[in-house]
Parts: sequence; structure tokens; C-alpha cells
Amino acid sequence: MTQAKRIPDLGSTEPTLEVPAAGGDDDRARARELRRRKLRRRIWLNLARIALVVAALGSWELGVNTKHIDPFFWGQPSGVWRQLKTWITDGTAQGSLGEQILVTLQEAVYGFLIGVFLGVVLGIALGRNRFLSDLLSPFIKVANSIPRIVLGSLFSIAFGFGLTSKVVLAIVLVFFGVFFNAFQGTREVDRNLLSNARILGASRWQATRQVVLPSAFTWILASLHVSFGFALIGAVVGELLGADKGMGLLIRNAQNNFSPNGVLAGMVVIGVIALVAEALITALEKRLLRWRPPQLAGDAGI
Amino acid sequence: MSINSTSNVIELRGVSKRFTTPSGGIYTALRELDFSVAPGEFCAVVGPTGCGKSTTLTLVSGLERPSTGTVQVDGVPVSGITPGVGFMFQNDAVFPWKSVLDNVAAGPRFRGTSRRLANEAARDWLRRVGLAGFEDRFPHQLSGGMRKRVALAQSLINEPRVLLMDEPFSALDVQTRSIMADELLNLWEQTRPAVIFVTHDLEEAITLADKVIVLTAGPGRIKKIFRIDLPRPRNAQEIRFTDEFVALYSEIWETLRSEVETAYARTTKEVSA
Ligand SMILES: Nc1ncnc2c1ncn2[C@@H]1O[C@H](COP(=O)(O)OP(=O)(O)OP(=O)(O)O)[C@@H](O)[C@H]1O
Ligand SMILES: [Mg+2]
Repeated sequence: MTQAKRIPDLGSTEPTLEVPAAGGDDDRARARELRRRKLRRRIWLNLARIALVVAALGSWELGVNTKHIDPFFWGQPSGVWRQLKTWITDGTAQGSLGEQILVTLQEAVYGFLIGVFLGVVLGIALGRNRFLSDLLSPFIKVANSIPRIVLGSLFSIAFGFGLTSKVVLAIVLVFFGVFFNAFQGTREVDRNLLSNARILGASRWQATRQVVLPSAFTWILASLHVSFGFALIGAVVGELLGADKGMGLLIRNAQNNFSPNGVLAGMVVIGVIALVAEALITALEKRLLRWRPPQLAGDAGI
Repeated sequence: MSINSTSNVIELRGVSKRFTTPSGGIYTALRELDFSVAPGEFCAVVGPTGCGKSTTLTLVSGLERPSTGTVQVDGVPVSGITPGVGFMFQNDAVFPWKSVLDNVAAGPRFRGTSRRLANEAARDWLRRVGLAGFEDRFPHQLSGGMRKRVALAQSLINEPRVLLMDEPFSALDVQTRSIMADELLNLWEQTRPAVIFVTHDLEEAITLADKVIVLTAGPGRIKKIFRIDLPRPRNAQEIRFTDEFVALYSEIWETLRSEVETAYARTTKEVSA
């Protein structure tokens, strides 16, 4: 019981150590002990995580070797690994792996940037303007409730197999999440701060840029984490539907060749891209939210 | 009458303010308010909670319009934000994402001063409010008292003709509050804006002001106006022990007490009802 209660206290997501203020020898020793315990816990946690992955992949591999899992349908970890190695050393049927990644990344990044820009601008504009939001809100609700991924087919008809159709799909997927957060963030701006800015002489535009935008940023940044994932989905799905390059096409070709290892290897590559992007966005968030008290900024997530 | 009204910086005539309540009713926050503030005059407003003190300030600043009556500043009826007005809000209103320096420089920057000149002025004002060396901090890294100083510098840097202060020091401890009162008087002497200073604290009101306005329990009306003819410059820590101060205090408190009791009886009745 007490044991269970102590664990969250030492959680690895906790940003600050409780170091006693007065620096007696006793206190310092206690602080050191606390830090050591925390480090030990972190090492254990990571070891356990690795063990978990090894166990999962190992039993999969074992399942294949003992003929409980059919690698023809489900692939196997060693096969995925081999596939990745081949792609890296010999390239893919459509050119080098780096090129495929670059194509997909380009589509996702363009879609992400444009989608975020549109979402932020429209979210704030509607949040600041009663008439606009009353006028447009039913349309936005309808647009948000339809399964937008289907538009991918339409875009690939309209824009062809090139970059544009994927970027547009990514924009559509990214836009709504960012829009709703920017809108809500704008609505929640502290009235006091707005009044203060007006008294100090801010024009409407200055108040929007220097008060509304930074305070809505907390909301907007929260949506960016999900949004890059959506951009990536948009790019890959767009490529699945029709493309001449990219990770999506690679996966699709693997599917057509009945190669589950190829599909999974493609997934692994995309996963790595998403993780790197996530780390970049977290760094950006930390930088932009410097002004917040530390226990609120960053770190709080999983 | 008209000559008289132009010689005042702030002039309220027959001002009422009504709000619609969430249940659809109408609540009168201020009723038939008349008062004026002369140039460079320090005017304190006291009254029980909810009597409309903050509302009065929003009317003078131009953030809100009166339902009836007129509010004039410098002889001009208020429409839009009143030019030349500074406002220290009841709750913290410094920008949490701006450094101390940028917070203080915000006013001049909004008004189109170059960054260099604005920063120079901001540094100067930070020195005057005793915050030199804290330019790069963010508000959450300051104490409550320091944040109030930032807010004060932020208002004063615009050299307002009218300074509105809504219980600016009520969140501070007693010692800090009297230190801030001294500093405020000191700064006020330098630029001499007309001040409306809202407070719960009668002692603070008498210490600072040339005149103390007592409002009735809501809807706020003027109960009585007292002139405070204590000599200046005043020392906030010592003045309250003088005989004149004590006499004024008991006289005004006599007037204020019944209003406070009315307001209190009303809130307790509402709670028990
Ligand atoms: N926007 C509003 N809508 C409805 N009622 C309001 C609004 N603003 C103020 N009121 C009401 O008007 C009355 C006066 O409010 P005000 O904030 O001016 O009081 P106050 O004298 O400043 O009180 P305190 O000393 O507690 O700050 C209160 O009863 C309040 O409920
Ligand atoms: Mg108030």
C-alpha cells in the first residue's frame, strides 16, 4: 500500500527534484540520496522497457520458428530487419530509401506548415470576430464531421500523382485540429490582459499579435503534436492511393508483392520519422513557452 | 457650471451602470453618481465589496460605457479608450510571456516609439520603481510585490494625465503595502497625474488621498466626500499615528461602517436564503 503510493512521487516525468532550501550537510545528503534513487529508477525503467520489446519481438520470432505464426501473412522481426538492411544498402525498386523518405517528408512538412498556418490564422480570426464565427461555424462543424481521408481519392484524381495531391490531403487533415485549438485558445484569453493592452495603447492588430497569439499558443502547440502525425498520415495515404515515389508507394509495392516484411519495414521507417518530428516539436514548445512556470511547461506529457 | 466642468480632469454626471444578469434580470451597479477630480488631485474611493468601485474605473477608462449620464475626461465625453489614461487592474495584468523590460516598454512600443527609445525609458522607470537588474525576468519569476511594481511602471511610463488604480496593493502584506504607498506618493509627486485610487483599506485611502469618496452598498451612490488636508509630502509609515489622521479615520469610518454592515447583511442573507 505505502509502496504503491511512493512510486508516483518518484515518477520520471517529474521535472524538479525536491531539494530542501537550507543547505545543511544532512539536507544535502538527503538530496543526493533522492537524486541517486531517481537515477536508479530511470535505469531500471529503461532496462524494463528494452526487456519488454525484446520479449515481444522474441516471442513473435519464436512463434514463426515454431510454426505458430505464418510469416507469409504476418512477417517476422528478422525479416523486417533484413528488408531494412537491403533498402539501406541496395536501395529500393523505386530508388534509394533516402529519396523515398525525403519525398514523403517533403509532402508531410509542406502539408503540416500550410495546414498549421491556415488553422492558426482562421482560428484566431474567428475567435476574435463574433460575426465570422457565427457565420461559418455550421460549415466548419459539417466539414469536420465528414471522413476527410476519403478526399484523398478526389485529390489524386484532381491533382494527379505528384506532390500536390498529398500536400492538400495533409493540409485538410492538419487544419481542423489546429483550427479548433486556436479558436478555443483565442476565446479563453484573459479579458484583463486584453483590457490592459488596450489601455496601454495597443491597436486591435497589436492586441491580437502580442496578447491573443501568445496566450493561444499554449493551445496551438498542444495540437501540433497530433498534427504532424496527421500530416504524415495524409502524405502516406496519398501515396498509397497513387504516387510515383515515397514511403506510401514503397508500402503499397510491398503489399502487391505479398511481402508483409516490406509493409512492416515501411511502418518502422515512418515511425522513426514521426518520433524525430515529435522531439523537434517538443523542443520548439519548450523554447516558445519559456515564460511559463517550469512545472507547467513541457515535460508534463508522457 | 460649464466653466467648472472644464477645469476638472474627470467629471461624472448622473452616471448609472446596469448589467444584465445571467438569469436575464437587470442589476444596477451604480446609480446617479456625481463627482469630479481636479488636475493632479489624488482621490480615493472606498466602499463595501460589490458597490461598483471597479465599474466606476472601467467607465472612466472607456472600457465600458455608462447606461445613463456622462463621463468626461479633459472636458471630452469618453468614447473608446480614454487617451492619456493609465490603469492598474485589481488582478495581475502584466503579460506573462513578456520579460519585465518588455512589459514596461509595451506602452511606448504600442504607441510607435522605436525599440531603443522605449527600452531606454523602460530601464529608467524600472530604476524608479526599484527593479533595476530584473529586466530579463519573466513575471512568474517575481514576487507579488515586484509584479505590482512592474504594473506601476508599465502604467506610469505612458505619463498618464489620469491614473486609475483598482486595489493595486490589496494582495500584498501590510509592511509591503505601506512601503508601496510611500513609493507611489513619491512617483506621483514627480508627474502629478489625477488619480482615482480604489481600496478596501480606509487607512491607505487617508494616507494617500486629497479626498476620500465613500460609496454606499450596491447599487453604488455617493454617500459622502471627505477632504483630507494632511500636509504633503507624507510618510505612510508615520502619518497614521498623528492626531489629525486618527480623527479623520474615526469620522470616515463612522460613515463607512453602516454601508459595510448593510453589504454584509445582504450577502449573508443571500447565502442563507
Ligand atoms: N460584466 C458584469 N455583468 C454583470 N454584473 C456585473 C458585471 N460587472 C460587475 N457586475 C456587478 O456589479 C457590481 C459591482 O461590481 P464591481 O466589480 O464594480 O464591484 P467592486 O466595488 O469593485 O467590488 P470589490 O471591492 O469586491 O472589487 C457587482 O455586484 C457585480 O456583480
Ligand atoms: Mg473591484
